[in-house]
Amino acid sequence: MRDIKDPIETEQQEWKKQQNQNRLKTWLTIFSPVCLLLVWEFLSQSGLIDARFFPPPTAIVSTFIELLTSGELFHHINISLFRIGFGFLLGVIPGILIGLCMGLYAPIRHFISPIIMALMPIPTIALLPIILIIFGIGEVSKVVTIAGSVFFPVVINTVAGVISIDSIYLDVAKNYGASRKDFFLKIALPGSLPVMLEGIQMGQAIALLTIVAAEMMGATSGIGYLIWTSYSAFLLKEMFVGLILISFFGYIFSLLLRGLQRKLVPWR
Amino acid sequence: MSSKPKISIQDLTKVFYKKDNSVTALENISLNIEDGEFVCLVGPSGCGKTTLLRILAGLENQSSGEFTIEPGDEDRPSQSMVFQERGILPWMTVEENVAFGLEMRHLPKAIVKERTAYFLNKVGLGKFAKMYPNELSGGMKQRVSIARAFANDPEILLMDEPFGALDEQNKYILQEELLSIWSETKKTVLFITHSIDEALYLSDRVLLMSAQPGKIVAEMKIDLPRPRKLEDFRSNPEMASKFLAIWRHLQVEVQGSRL
Repeated sequence: MRDIKDPIETEQQEWKKQQNQNRLKTWLTIFSPVCLLLVWEFLSQSGLIDARFFPPPTAIVSTFIELLTSGELFHHINISLFRIGFGFLLGVIPGILIGLCMGLYAPIRHFISPIIMALMPIPTIALLPIILIIFGIGEVSKVVTIAGSVFFPVVINTVAGVISIDSIYLDVAKNYGASRKDFFLKIALPGSLPVMLEGIQMGQAIALLTIVAAEMMGATSGIGYLIWTSYSAFLLKEMFVGLILISFFGYIFSLLLRGLQRKLVPWR
Repeated sequence: MSSKPKISIQDLTKVFYKKDNSVTALENISLNIEDGEFVCLVGPSGCGKTTLLRILAGLENQSSGEFTIEPGDEDRPSQSMVFQERGILPWMTVEENVAFGLEMRHLPKAIVKERTAYFLNKVGLGKFAKMYPNELSGGMKQRVSIARAFANDPEILLMDEPFGALDEQNKYILQEELLSIWSETKKTVLFITHSIDEALYLSDRVLLMSAQPGKIVAEMKIDLPRPRKLEDFRSNPEMASKFLAIWRHLQVEVQGSRL
């Protein structure tokens, strides 16, 4: 006897299996950080790892709430976000403009790129002493440090974005008589946008790395300062609060940028 | 009526210079194309037919010789090109792509809108106006490209193997559509293809090109009445013999360039 099955039923079962697998994947993604925290909590509470170095997450959370209610945390977060925000813009805007000029005009590209190639490998943090000498220990020096580190990935990706525009689009623009301005706005800018945004995403990550390091060296406030002074005073719970904040903001920023990407590059 | 040809090309030569071996892509091409004529240029790949088209399109400069495109209406651009499949801009919607030429000429908004809508409907893409090209099939993309060129209303149309990447069924459909739009506007067309069938079906006159150096070696008038139906064209014995004549010609060329 042959087993005659309803084809729709077979496919429905197949579909259900797929759905279950997808649900499982979502759960795994949510589960893994929770799992890490649970293991951490357990090891710390049970004394298997030294609770002085790795305070249990619950203790970190209560420290976080203490700092939050005392208002101290807001002060650090505000000042760090201010520095990141301004430094980011100060790096991204010139990065895009110079990148577009370099991408569009070969002589400018050939003239500027050796300078960029030479400066790029130097971590901006290593230049911090010089930046402090030039701009003093005020806010400007932190903003400049961040701007410097954000600038390079943005400029390089913008140039790459312009150069990678398929030559057929340049032909189309020329054949249909695009003016210089139209070419810039309708071809060069949108054509380079996807790669440029990847550079901005990278810049965002580097900005967070840099802010922490910059605030460790020449600051009296900010999340980096919080991490560093807490560490120096062996207040490790406070230090972990700072670390987790950095991770949190990194996540938020990349979400924001991805949202922006979807807005700006709807054709992908 | 003036009897001046719409496109006249005299002794056009193009050399691609390289230090060791320069290539003569085109050698002393001379030809006239009449107003309203549909001419297909057929030849093996690498015979310089695309180079000729790019020179006429202003995308490349000839090494020597000259060509003129007879001006007509003052407001019209002299030529527009229908590019190969990748030629529509991915960051613009279908509508924006069709309007591209008109926008570049900064025509009044109302005219841009009206002409864009007209040609969008002509190629059957009215419903897809707001979509981006990555959501379209190859055939639809080429419809956008054709609509863009016709909407620009140029003196002549240059077409660079526009259907080369399409599957056969789509190709037939688009060929018929192209002929129907063309018959309304009566534009002068220079169409490049490597498909003999396509050339016979579409054109008033077929020019055969040889490779290295690129020369026009033969021409053939196709006086099949219009409007043409693919069915009639296929069953016409005269077309079959013309196909064979062109094929014999090209066969020698293709094999010759292999040696």
